[in-house]
Amino acid sequence: MALNASELKVGDTYTERLVEDLKRTQIVQYAGASGDYNPLHTDEVFTTQVAGYPSVFAHGMLTMGMTGRMLTNHVGDGRLSKFGVRFTSQVWPGDTLDSTATVEGLREEGGEHFVDLSVETVNQDGVKVLTGYAAAKVDG
Amino acid sequence: MAIDKFPVEGSHIMMFARSVGDDNQIYHDDEYAKGTEPGSVIAPPTFAQSSAQFDPDYFLRPKTGQDWFGSGKEPTGVKKSSSGGGGGGGGGLHAEQHYEYHRHIKPGDVLTGTTKPGKTWEKEGKRSGKLVFTESVTEYRDQNGELAITATGVGVRTERPVDSK
Repeated sequence: MALNASELKVGDTYTERLVEDLKRTQIVQYAGASGDYNPLHTDEVFTTQVAGYPSVFAHGMLTMGMTGRMLTNHVGDGRLSKFGVRFTSQVWPGDTLDSTATVEGLREEGGEHFVDLSVETVNQDGVKVLTGYAAAKVDG
Repeated sequence: MAIDKFPVEGSHIMMFARSVGDDNQIYHDDEYAKGTEPGSVIAPPTFAQSSAQFDPDYFLRPKTGQDWFGSGKEPTGVKKSSSGGGGGGGGGLHAEQHYEYHRHIKPGDVLTGTTKPGKTWEKEGKRSGKLVFTESVTEYRDQNGELAITATGVGVRTERPVDSK
């Protein structure tokens, strides 16, 4: 369901749990679907013994993909016009992530209405793992 | 990087949506999708990332007959070179990703991707030493030459592995 501009105001938030206790298998699933087979995400031996990390960790794009699910659930299918993020901290197996979209503004462009959102995804310790923005077409 | 042919396929969209934990029917159910505003199955917002599958030279995919740096008998399949410690292994980490959607892609689309280098900048990081950021901008065009998605990625190389704490 699409959002309606008349029902939105600056500061409104929408939050969704993206994942609880992220499994290594989901990271493998993402590697397979996206085609990014970097062993840092799936190969514990390489990642701990060669790359020097405590364990494999999620692709940033997996976190962005899950965050995108929160957004499309919020703004409706086919409504996004922009979505951009910075990866601010790594996401590890076992992490639980929650993501929030906050209305930053509403605007009209060429007769169409848009909502501008800020986006933030945090882990179970409240550490931001992703920050960003999105824009979506809304009903007028 | 150039992608000559990125055929957008329904089963690939379904697998991609599953991998990000999205069971929205619009990503796998044609009948359902007909009744939605887009009117057909569409791809999730970050699906263009999977164009890597169609990049013949993509360096993070093992290729037949070539060394692969992941573990087998040894922790890495590549003899120790001067690639240095951290950041590693995979040519750096992903720092930022931005998408502009000019239209939403769907099964049957055949995209091409053309990538141009963007800005480069450096920063001193507390957790990982010197950071070198590199931007690249990929334009995905459809079978009619129309711009569908502009994707801007920023990669970062670090001097050493990022401290997790």
